[in-house]
Amino acid sequence: MQKALRIGVDVGGTNTDAVLLCESEVLAEYKSPTTADVSSGVVAAIRDVLTSAQISAARISAVMIGTTHFTNAFVEAKNLASVGVLRIAAPASLAVRPMVDWPSRLLEAVSGHVEIVGGGYNYDGRPIAALDEAAVRHAAKVFRARSPGGIAVCSVFAPVNADMEVRAAQIIREDWPDARITLSSEIGRIGFIERENAAIMNCALTPMAERVVASFEVALRDLGIGAPFYISQNDGTLLSPDSVARHPVLTFASGPTNSMRGAALLSAADSALVIDIGGTTTDVGALVNGFPRESSIAVDIGGVRTNFRMPDLLSIGLGGGSLVDVKDGKVTVGPRSVGFRIREDALVFGGKTLTATDIAVAAGYADVGDRRHVRHLDRSMVEAAVDEIHRLVEEALDRMKTGASAAPVILVGGGSVLINRELRGASSVTIPGHAGVANAIGAAIAQVSGEIDRVYSYEKIGRDESMRLAKEEACGNAVASGASTDSVRIVDVEELPLQYLPGAAVRLRVKAVGDLALSESRL
Amino acid sequence: MKLQLSDIDDLARGAAILGTGGGGDPYLGGLMLRQALLDGGTVELIDVEELRDDAFALPFAMMGAPTVIVEKLPNGSESIAALRAMEAHVGKKVEAILCAEIGGINALLPLVLGARLGLPIVDGDGMGRAFPQLQMVTYHIFGVSASPMTMADEHSNTVLLQAKEAIEVERIGRSVVVAMGGMAQVCLYPMTGADAKRSMVRGTLSLALGLGRAIHVARKSSTDPFEALLRFLEGTEYYKHCRILFEGKMADLLRETRGGYAFGRARIDGMGPYAGRRMDVQFQNEHLIAQEGGDVRAIVPDLIAVLDSATAEPITTEGLKYGQRVRVLGISAAPIMRSSQALAVFGPQAFGLTQPFTPVEVLNPVEASTAPAVEEKS
Repeated sequence: MQKALRIGVDVGGTNTDAVLLCESEVLAEYKSPTTADVSSGVVAAIRDVLTSAQISAARISAVMIGTTHFTNAFVEAKNLASVGVLRIAAPASLAVRPMVDWPSRLLEAVSGHVEIVGGGYNYDGRPIAALDEAAVRHAAKVFRARSPGGIAVCSVFAPVNADMEVRAAQIIREDWPDARITLSSEIGRIGFIERENAAIMNCALTPMAERVVASFEVALRDLGIGAPFYISQNDGTLLSPDSVARHPVLTFASGPTNSMRGAALLSAADSALVIDIGGTTTDVGALVNGFPRESSIAVDIGGVRTNFRMPDLLSIGLGGGSLVDVKDGKVTVGPRSVGFRIREDALVFGGKTLTATDIAVAAGYADVGDRRHVRHLDRSMVEAAVDEIHRLVEEALDRMKTGASAAPVILVGGGSVLINRELRGASSVTIPGHAGVANAIGAAIAQVSGEIDRVYSYEKIGRDESMRLAKEEACGNAVASGASTDSVRIVDVEELPLQYLPGAAVRLRVKAVGDLALSESRL
Repeated sequence: MKLQLSDIDDLARGAAILGTGGGGDPYLGGLMLRQALLDGGTVELIDVEELRDDAFALPFAMMGAPTVIVEKLPNGSESIAALRAMEAHVGKKVEAILCAEIGGINALLPLVLGARLGLPIVDGDGMGRAFPQLQMVTYHIFGVSASPMTMADEHSNTVLLQAKEAIEVERIGRSVVVAMGGMAQVCLYPMTGADAKRSMVRGTLSLALGLGRAIHVARKSSTDPFEALLRFLEGTEYYKHCRILFEGKMADLLRETRGGYAFGRARIDGMGPYAGRRMDVQFQNEHLIAQEGGDVRAIVPDLIAVLDSATAEPITTEGLKYGQRVRVLGISAAPIMRSSQALAVFGPQAFGLTQPFTPVEVLNPVEASTAPAVEEKS
């Protein structure tokens, strides 16, 4: 039997990259500019990797696409639908209306009609009030007339009990069967405002997500690929096209996640720090059990507060184009950069600006441009700048480390030429091949996940039983998303005791992941 | 002074620092205040000296679990119900609202109530920081009775609680909070203008606002926010003894919940000028004691704040996590909170610590301006 072949595609703001993978071996890679309609760039990239590897489209088992398209659309307030907000919370919550601190630009693009109706739950699942079904029915009529884009539904403590959100959706559909509805319980965690924001964002992106997903489907069919395709989400796992059409916000931040996961595969490391040095910034992230460590702080997207699962990234102003300056005898590198003008402005390219790349060339360890242009540089200044570059990276590394002991480091990105010494705090530094398409590789190898985030009473059922239930449900969710049963494992357990509450109430967050159950190639 | 929309984020940030790790995230209080101002309300801050001696002044606060308020937001009429219940019981009209706790979300909620009712807010509070129990206020130290206390939930269910001892109000009130779904809006320590004048920690609302603004301005102009923070605090009457006690990386974290409180201990491994050293910070909702080896560097009721070492953003005890780069600040509490009567209620022994209270400026005689971490920056 032949091994399964998969294609990974990364649609970034600038480039669309594709790779063809046989297990973890890269058979072909391709980089092309991202196109306005997204899908023609995807088609071009896939066609190219198939041609150069001389593989027929029919042999592909799966296509995985990573894209920042939805994030960018939201931040730029482009192609967003005007949506209605149904909050199930009264008499609680009236002191803060939905979207009260949204930037006006986004508010204008998204905001439709708002209704706050009776209902919601307390932390222990006891209703705040019964769901006011008549009010929901009335709201549905108003929404249909005023906010045709869709309805975001958010109920208090929906992660503890989603029944009222589900019931409200049923009622809305009685009168409006094809309404686009986002339930907050399907996409968010505890944190009402953040979850409500996420539901509204999601609903506003849904019509566009449906179009983009459909265009991917058509594009793949035209290429003769009959295999299923998936889209990667924030945490480096996969979503079905249908889930993305319904929950596009889950793809936010999948870009850096894919790049880190790709780096992990290329260097065969499961736990490592990934340093991605670009032209202007260096991103440092931590891989734990093969997945990016998540950020625990609220994340602003375009000025809107959310609590999405996002990779914990540290960005510093160091890159190949960083300006090098001498002030009072002290050498500084960055954070200002010549950015994409490096091929005109840097000394080694005949420009007039001293950049970090010029330093690496002058020090003799990088071979970029013409080294004669940097011959005149003062040796001790060059040495000091090299020290500073390494110091900045080492400091960033140290901030992201999960323990005091030295950790393996994977270096990717065009700016990796800046590093030539051992890095303090790193047990090893790997610069893998194919580093330029690490993100497409990350998309190609994405796994599927299942998660649970719920409040348990340890007093009632005990810690062991609570853990068992949570883990079982997380694994079940992973299998339901397409993971092969025997590959599912628990990758994260978080236990948060709820202060001030009796009954030893504890919030458990468990994540399980597994390999995608791929049918082997069909010939 | 009238509070503007643009002041809200600064006030919230300042309140979070004075929360010393606890007090609840002021973000939601900020949203409620934004809504109240957008709805046409105004917040009028007045000096305590502007109160008539026989004026009826009423402190207001939220009592409950921070984890509940992030989901179940108030509707704004609970607080009014609690206040009206108090007026009905006492038979007097409230003339000004007081803050009980400047640290955390309770710095902002009384302002929301004031904006809704058109009542002035007295600039000050009863702690100059955050504390976990309602008897831990200067109002109690100066003999103002905690009860009657009125409590209300989102259904405007109200409870009137009368008890002899403040500690009993705390104990019984806590069980009412649970029955109200983990959160209640409360009015307590009803007092006269004269009571407020002798028992208040004065001016803390404008201090929190100024503190938040100093950091905001520093960040905007790309100058060192710690420098700005220290300079601001040094210029204040209460918080003038402020020290960067330590800088390092969160190396270990131990948490447990007992009796409804979040207890814990954070270990920070030194970096930069503090390399090779280690600090332990112990907390019960709020930070209680910061120690290096056996040496106490700051102890309650002085303020211990843990801030992000780059941005000076305060980190709550809930938000602490392994690997964070932090700076630990020790800040003097107001003199009114360091008296022997005050220490008996919220000094180290009230939290089960054996170490005696010693002022942060005695424990750390070096002036802040020459502390190593700051010197390095300048």
